[in-house]
Amino acid sequence: MAQPLISVRDLTFSYAGEDRQEGVEGDAPAVLKGISLDVEKGSFVCILGRNGSGKSTLAKLLNMILTPTSGKIFIKGKDVTDPAMTEDDMFEVRRSIGMVFQNPDNQLVATIVEEDVAFGPENLGVPPEEIRKRVDGALAAVGMTEYARHSPHQLSGGQKQRVAIAGIIAMLPDCIIFDESTAMLDPQGRREVMNTIQALNREKGITVLHITHNMDEATLADRVLVIDGGELVLDGTPRQVFSSVRRLRTVGLDVPQVTELFSLLREEGFDLPGDVLSEEEGADLLSRYLKENEKSQ
Amino acid sequence: MLKDITLGQYFPGNSFLHRQDPRMKIIASILYIVAVFLCKNLFSFLFITLFTVALVLLSRIPMKVILKGVKPLLFILIFTTVYNVFFYQGEHLLADLKIVKIYFEGVMFALLMAVRIVCLLVGSSVILTYTTSPIMLTDGLERLLSPLRKIHVPVHEFAMMMTIALRFIPTLIEETDKIMNAQKARGSDLSSGGLIRRAKALIPILIPLFVSAFRRANDLAVAMECRCYRGGNGRTRMTQLRLHAIDWTMLFTVLLCGGAVVIINLYSPGFSV
Ligand SMILES: Nc1ncnc2c1ncn2[C@@H]1O[C@H](COP(=O)(O)OP(=O)(O)O)[C@@H](O)[C@H]1O
Ligand SMILES: [Mg+2]
Repeated sequence: MAQPLISVRDLTFSYAGEDRQEGVEGDAPAVLKGISLDVEKGSFVCILGRNGSGKSTLAKLLNMILTPTSGKIFIKGKDVTDPAMTEDDMFEVRRSIGMVFQNPDNQLVATIVEEDVAFGPENLGVPPEEIRKRVDGALAAVGMTEYARHSPHQLSGGQKQRVAIAGIIAMLPDCIIFDESTAMLDPQGRREVMNTIQALNREKGITVLHITHNMDEATLADRVLVIDGGELVLDGTPRQVFSSVRRLRTVGLDVPQVTELFSLLREEGFDLPGDVLSEEEGADLLSRYLKENEKSQ
Repeated sequence: MLKDITLGQYFPGNSFLHRQDPRMKIIASILYIVAVFLCKNLFSFLFITLFTVALVLLSRIPMKVILKGVKPLLFILIFTTVYNVFFYQGEHLLADLKIVKIYFEGVMFALLMAVRIVCLLVGSSVILTYTTSPIMLTDGLERLLSPLRKIHVPVHEFAMMMTIALRFIPTLIEETDKIMNAQKARGSDLSSGGLIRRAKALIPILIPLFVSAFRRANDLAVAMECRCYRGGNGRTRMTQLRLHAIDWTMLFTVLLCGGAVVIINLYSPGFSV
């Protein structure tokens, strides 16, 4: 089997020392309590979990913004918790595991779109002609070429978020982590960004870790991870995970409305599958079920 | 509302001056200011005025914009002119108004000072601020000052700070607008009462603004780290500034202008300041 892109073993973490936010009282509780998981190259993984469950913390550990309290993280087979890691190794991990955040306003640095996209490659010391190529390529990949000379504050939320994505693509990452990157957008912006993410995953083979509260987005993934209280509680395909409606409820999550409807019907004794994800699929199943019942009566 | 505030005075265009290298423009504007201060008599002032008018024409910036730029100076201009006309002591008396005496030299001096102030403002803004985008200006400054890095002046950091400030000013203005509206909706009154009451009414606007600015700063710092930011060392730039022969013409023209001013000063007669 191929080596996983990201491999996490018994990862624990608590905010202490300089990482600790000022004004947080008491001693530092463990935010992550022994997480182990593998992410295959090219996969599209969604991470679900209620607020404060440790999703962002996990993301920041993966690209070395934070350092684990204990446990190991391997990126492309390399142990990044090894004390022998040099600063250059660290920047190589950050290049390889890009991150897009929630607030589109707070991650753009420059006053011109293309200058902002160039920011990452510039930091990496890429030669100017090569940066130019990468910037043009990245803007084309997110469909923002015509806005190259605009200033970020003239753009909509979805457009800003696509610029932020372009800024990461220009660093040629293996994986992009989206930390609730669709949460602040309107439905239109959400659609734009989700389409961009899916295209990157399918066409460029970029591994995607998508943190979200939106269940419909989660149904698009190959795999869904559910984190609660710093522990990995569910891991499987969207179908498998969403069929555990009760389990999801206890960790404070909703399931897509269709899935909930079918699981309620099952509980009432109807002979229907409990893992329906899309509305079309649900409508089909229901109409077929009703027709069959008519015949048998 | 607040959003209407235009930032900087950059006036986009594609004139000869717009296309000049920002580093040359920064040096040229300094030289220009020196040249204006070198002017001593009527003829050299006449010369610098013509030169400035030529710059304005070259920049293709509408006269309206230029005049609007001078307007804030009107008060100072009138005040210094009146002051100089009435209180300058000279030899050739023009009028004796009992309380004050007006001399020919006073009138000349007032006139030349007014010309100097207007030239300084119009010329330097046409060479620099009107025709250079803020980002080019920061880039130019960073590269011009980069030799100072050797003596540990944090040139890159200052340029980065300027860039981020320019990036976030519109965002923060928008935010201020939102907070003001939110506080107004809760019945806070910003536009009446005395100075102290109004200052007090500002507190519920400033505090949320600061809190949010700090959160933004924190988010941005993490985002920059994720994009491998590590200061100016080893960093390359996408847009390279290269000096072409044409970029030197600007500098030489301003230098020649300064030289001409000195020569005119020496060889022309009349009142000199
Ligand atoms: N800088 C910090 N200092 C102290 N505690 C923190 C800090 N950041 C997050 N936490 C705590 O860690 C827990 C997990 O936070 P986070 O990873 O942001 O959760 P999520 O992204 O899933 O909402 C929360 O209880 C939060 O209060
Ligand atoms: Mg979070």
